[in-house]
Amino acid sequence: MKETNSLTVETHCFHCGDDLPEPPYPADDKQFCCLGCQGVYQILSSHNLSSYYLYNDVPGVSQQKKAPHFNYLDEPGIAAELVDYTDARITVISLFIPVIHCSSCIWLLENLHKINPAIAQSRVDFLKKQVTITFKNQQISLRQVVEMLSMIGYEPLISLQDMIKKQRSDHSERNLLTKIAVAGFCFGNVMLLSFPDYFGLNSFEQNFKNFFGWINLAFAIPVLLYSARDYFISAWTNLKNGVLNLDFPLALGIAVMFIRSAYEIITQTGAGFVDTLCSLVFFLLIGKWMQKRTYHYLSFERDFRSYFPVAVTQLKDGQEKPIPLNELKTGDRILIRGNEIIPADAILLKGEAELDFSFVTGESLPLAKVLGEIVYAGGRQLRGAIELEVVKPVSQSYLTKLWNNEAFSGQKDPIKTFSDTASRYFSIVLVAIALAAGLYWINTDVNKAIAAFTAVLIIACPCALALSSPFTLAAVLSIFDQNKFYLKNTAVIEELARIDTIVFDKTGTITNPQATGFDFSGTLDQHQKQLVSDLARNSGHPLSRELVKWLAVNPYFPVEHYMEKVGRGISGRLDGHDVKLGSAAYLGLKTQDKGSVVHILIEGHYSGYFRSSQRWRDGFKQLALKLGQKADLHLLSGDQDHDRKTLTPFFPRMQQLHFQQSPQQKLDYILRLQETGAKVMMLGDGLNDAGALKQSNLGIAVTDDINNFSPGCDAILDGAAFKKIPQFIQQAKDAVKVIHMSFAISLLYNVVGLFFAVQGLLSPLMAAILMPVSTITIILFTSLTARFYARKNKLL
Amino acid sequence: MNMIFLLIGFSILLALLFLLAFFWASKSGQHDDLYTPGVRILFEEEKPSETRIEQKSDEDHPFT
Repeated sequence: MKETNSLTVETHCFHCGDDLPEPPYPADDKQFCCLGCQGVYQILSSHNLSSYYLYNDVPGVSQQKKAPHFNYLDEPGIAAELVDYTDARITVISLFIPVIHCSSCIWLLENLHKINPAIAQSRVDFLKKQVTITFKNQQISLRQVVEMLSMIGYEPLISLQDMIKKQRSDHSERNLLTKIAVAGFCFGNVMLLSFPDYFGLNSFEQNFKNFFGWINLAFAIPVLLYSARDYFISAWTNLKNGVLNLDFPLALGIAVMFIRSAYEIITQTGAGFVDTLCSLVFFLLIGKWMQKRTYHYLSFERDFRSYFPVAVTQLKDGQEKPIPLNELKTGDRILIRGNEIIPADAILLKGEAELDFSFVTGESLPLAKVLGEIVYAGGRQLRGAIELEVVKPVSQSYLTKLWNNEAFSGQKDPIKTFSDTASRYFSIVLVAIALAAGLYWINTDVNKAIAAFTAVLIIACPCALALSSPFTLAAVLSIFDQNKFYLKNTAVIEELARIDTIVFDKTGTITNPQATGFDFSGTLDQHQKQLVSDLARNSGHPLSRELVKWLAVNPYFPVEHYMEKVGRGISGRLDGHDVKLGSAAYLGLKTQDKGSVVHILIEGHYSGYFRSSQRWRDGFKQLALKLGQKADLHLLSGDQDHDRKTLTPFFPRMQQLHFQQSPQQKLDYILRLQETGAKVMMLGDGLNDAGALKQSNLGIAVTDDINNFSPGCDAILDGAAFKKIPQFIQQAKDAVKVIHMSFAISLLYNVVGLFFAVQGLLSPLMAAILMPVSTITIILFTSLTARFYARKNKLL
Repeated sequence: MNMIFLLIGFSILLALLFLLAFFWASKSGQHDDLYTPGVRILFEEEKPSETRIEQKSDEDHPFT
C-alpha cells in the first residue's frame, strides 16, 4: 500500500478532492476517484472549459452517485409546467441546482454555450443556487439541457414543489425598497429645506418660509400616500378585527402629523412637522426591511413533494411511459430505476430492492426487501431497476397521508410577540393621555387644546418602540446565522425563549448519520478477524464497507467461491475455511435481529455478531445534561428500542422515551404535550418527523448539509452546531431582555416629549430632534447589547 | 436672492432624476441578486482563439 502511495504524488481526485481508490481513474496527467469525475473532466477539457479548475482547487462534486433518468421531461404536459417562458424559437427555464457552491460553478454554468451552442444564455443566481437558461428549443430539448447539466455534475433538483413555486413570484421586497427610497428622498429634501427655519430667518427672508413650507408639504404627500400606506391598511384591518397593534398609534401619529402640518402651512401659522413625519416613516420602513431580510435562501416550507420526483415510469402493455405522480392510480405497475424514489406504497414484483430510507427516517443503512413485500413510499432504490405495483395513491401512502392532517391544512397560529402585547396597552394609554390633555385645555383655550391633543399623538408616536424588536431580532438572527442556525423569521427567536419542553428524534438527529461503529458480541481471534474482513471487502453493501473500515486490517487472503445475496449476506472460502456473514435469516439462525446485525459463521461454527451502533453527535451527552436542567426532555424514535439502555441516563423519566413511533404518533404526542400547556420544541430530521415539526411550537430540522432536503420547519440547524443549542436558547432569552430594556428607553424618551406636549409647548424643532435621536439610540443600543450577549454566550 | 427659487427647483429636479434611476434599477431586477455579479466581474475574459489574438494585436499597434 505504502509503495503505491509514494509513486502517485496526487492522493486526491482532481475533480472533487475525494481520496483516490486503487487504482485511480486517469485522464491526461490527472487522477480521478471515479468514472463520473473523469467523465466530467473530459467533457470540460474537450470544450476548452478547463478554466473551471483554475478558479478553485477541486471545484467539483463527487460523481459517484448515478444520475436519474429525465425521460419525463419529454412529456409536453410536465415540461410546460416547469418552464418560465417558451415560444416557437426559445425557451427559458430556471433550475434549482443544490451543488452550486463556488465561483467555478458560476463560471462553468454561465459558459454552457461552449458545450452546446444551442444554449443562448445562462445566468446564475448564486445565493438562490439557481440557474436561468435560455435555449433554442428547435436544436435542443429540455431533457437534453437537463441531461447536459447532469453530465457535467450539476444535476438540477426538479420537484413537484417547484411547479407550485412558479406561480407566486414575490416582489414585496422590491416594493419595500422602493418605498424606502421614496421616504428617504423626501426626508433628505425636507430636512434641507427645514434647516433655515430652525436656524432662524431674517425678516427679509420671510417670503422663503412660505415657499419652503409649500414644498415640504408637497414632499409629505408621497410619503403619506405611498411609503406609509401599509401602516394605514394594517391599522385599519386590525381595528376592524378588534385588535390594537403597534401600527395603530403609528398610523394615528402619521395622520395627525400630516393634518396639523398642512393646517399650519396653509394658514401660515407654523412650519409643521413634515421633517419628523418623513424621518419617522423612513426609519420605520428600514426597521421593517431589517426584519424581513433573510440571510439565506433556504426553503422552510418543504413537504414530501419537494423530495418526490415529478414523474414516474409507468409500465403499461410492456411499454414504458412517464406519467405525472398525481395521475398514478392503485394497481398501476411502475418501474423504479437505480437511485430513483418510490413515490407511493407498492408491492415489489420484480428485481432486488435495496432501499435507502435516510430522508424518511434518518437511518443511513439501507433496507432490503423481498418479492411480494410492501415497500413504503419515500425510499430510494440503490441497486438496479425494480418493478412494483402501486397499492395506494401518492397522497394516501403511509408517509404522505401525514400531510392530510389538520396540522398542515390551517395556518399555524402566528407567534405572539412581546411588541404585540405591549402595544395594546400602549395604544390605550396614549389615546387616554391625548384626550386628557385636550380636555384639560379646552375650557381655557381651544387652540391650545387642539395643539396639546395633536402634540401628544405626534411625540408619542412609537417609532423607537416599533424599532426595538426588529433591530434586536435582526441582530440575533444574523448571529445565529453565523453559527449555522438558520431561522425562518425573527418571531422564532421569541418563541425559542419560551420553550420549556424539548423533544428529540433519534436517528439522524441525536445520532450522527456519518459515523457508525460496531458492537461485537462473541469471540474472534486475529486470524478470524482477518477472514471476516477479507470476505466483507468483496461486498458493496454499506454494512460490509463500514465493517471493513471498523476492523481496520489490511487485505491478506484471496476469496474463492464468493456468493452474495443482496441485502442478506455473503459467503466465500478463504484460507481453506468456509465463512458466512449476514442476517440471522440468511445464516438459518433462530434469533430475531434487532437493528442492523451481522452474524458470523466460520466452518459452520457460530462466532458471534456485530451490531452497528450509531454514534451520538458531538457533545450530545453534555447537551442533554445541560438542557435537562432547564427543560423537559423527550425522545420519539421510529426505531426499535435497542438503544433504550444507553439513552436512559439522559432522559430522567423512563416514560419519556418512546420507540417505534409512526409519523402520525409523533404528531399526536406533541399535541398531547401541548394540551398540558407545554411549549414544545421538536428537533427532527426526516420526513417522518414532518408532522411533529409542524405541530410543535418550534420545529427545528437538523441536517448535515443545509442544501439537502429538510422537512418543513421553523428553523434549520446545521449538525455541526448541534451542541450549541443551550447557547442559542440563552441568546434568545437575552434578546427578549434586550427588547424589554429598549422598550423602557424609548418610553423614557416618550415621557420627556409628553412633558412638553401636554402643556401644548411642543415645537417642531423639538420633535425633529427627539424623533431621530431616540431612534438612533435604540438602533445602537439593541445592536450593541445583542452582540454583547452573543459574546457572553460564546456565539461570536 | 430670487435665484434661490430657481436653484432649489433645479436641485430637486436633479434629485428626482436619481430617484427615477433607482426605480429603473429596482424594476430591472438589479437589487435581486447582490452577490453573483461581484463574482462574475472577476472572471477572465476568454480569448476566442489564437488567430484572433494575433490579428487584434496587429490592429492595436499599426506601426510595428
